[in-house]
Amino acid sequence: MTATSLTVRIQRTPATVAQADTFDVPAHEHQTVLDVVSWVQQHADPTLTYRFACRVGMCGSCAMMVNGVPRWTCRTNVNKVLRDGALDIAPLRNFPVIKDLAVDMDPFFDKWTEAEGQHHGSRSRDEAIAPVDPDSPDRAAANAGIECINCSVCYAACDTVAGNSDYLGPAALQRAWTLLNDARDTDRDGILDAVSGSGGCHNCHSMGSCTAFCPVGLDPMSAIAGLKRATMRRAWGKG
Amino acid sequence: MLDMRLYLAQRLTALLMAPFVLIHLGVMIYAIQGGLTAAEILGRTQGSALWFLFYGGFVLAAGIHGAIGLRVIAHEWLGVPKSALPLLTWGTALGLIALGLRAVIAVTWGGA
Repeated sequence: MTATSLTVRIQRTPATVAQADTFDVPAHEHQTVLDVVSWVQQHADPTLTYRFACRVGMCGSCAMMVNGVPRWTCRTNVNKVLRDGALDIAPLRNFPVIKDLAVDMDPFFDKWTEAEGQHHGSRSRDEAIAPVDPDSPDRAAANAGIECINCSVCYAACDTVAGNSDYLGPAALQRAWTLLNDARDTDRDGILDAVSGSGGCHNCHSMGSCTAFCPVGLDPMSAIAGLKRATMRRAWGKG
Repeated sequence: MLDMRLYLAQRLTALLMAPFVLIHLGVMIYAIQGGLTAAEILGRTQGSALWFLFYGGFVLAAGIHGAIGLRVIAHEWLGVPKSALPLLTWGTALGLIALGLRAVIAVTWGGA
């Protein structure tokens, strides 16, 4: 990198004076978008509010819109997303904003619950653990989605969520799909009922933004397609 | 704003319309090869139970399919509130079906 500084525009809520939203940040060869936001907070404006925790792509706390695209900022190298030497940073799309870059995640996690995203076990702690065949196709389908870190990048990327606030969204539906394929989960009908309502999987237009932007390379769009097939099979009495 | 019932209805009507469209286009292209007047068309379709069932089914499927599609567009793109969607869906479906059946009846009923 030849430039010595970056122009960083940060969308503030509630809006502050215009010049407070643009910052000159020292440029380094290797720095993440989260490093840049942290530099602003530590050196330019201590009132800037944002959220992060692990800084290594595990906790899913630091997602933001970067140049119009939802990204996990702790693992996003600035050099790969710079546009004309500038960064436009905004709170995640499709969420109510609390302040600055911190959004209210309640709708996202409430929808996990609505989609029956919790494990429905049948055994007590005194019983043996249910056997799981690691090579079964169901297990492979479940494994494909269980590494979700709840960063909500897919939820921010989803145009169906943007147009339909009841839609459960890619992460919650993918979670339901992993449980549906989990041999230990006992509430198959409950899960299929939960994803068949007016905000359920059938609203997905298969546009694929969730899969395109998932930072850990998961494929929620295919999981949702799986839910559609499972609900259809049940409707025809075949599962 | 689609539950499973509406999703299923839209897919099933799409499934029906695919052969309807192909047959409609195929017959049209075949029939006009030697030139065809409106009177000749009506002479073949009027009084035909087969064409009535064919185009009547087509209209029903199209009315249901289109109304569900417009329901989604109205909600997601135009912001029509959830409470207004049933009325919009039924109104659109019945309107499209009424207009379509009127044409079907005109073309397949009566005649010589």
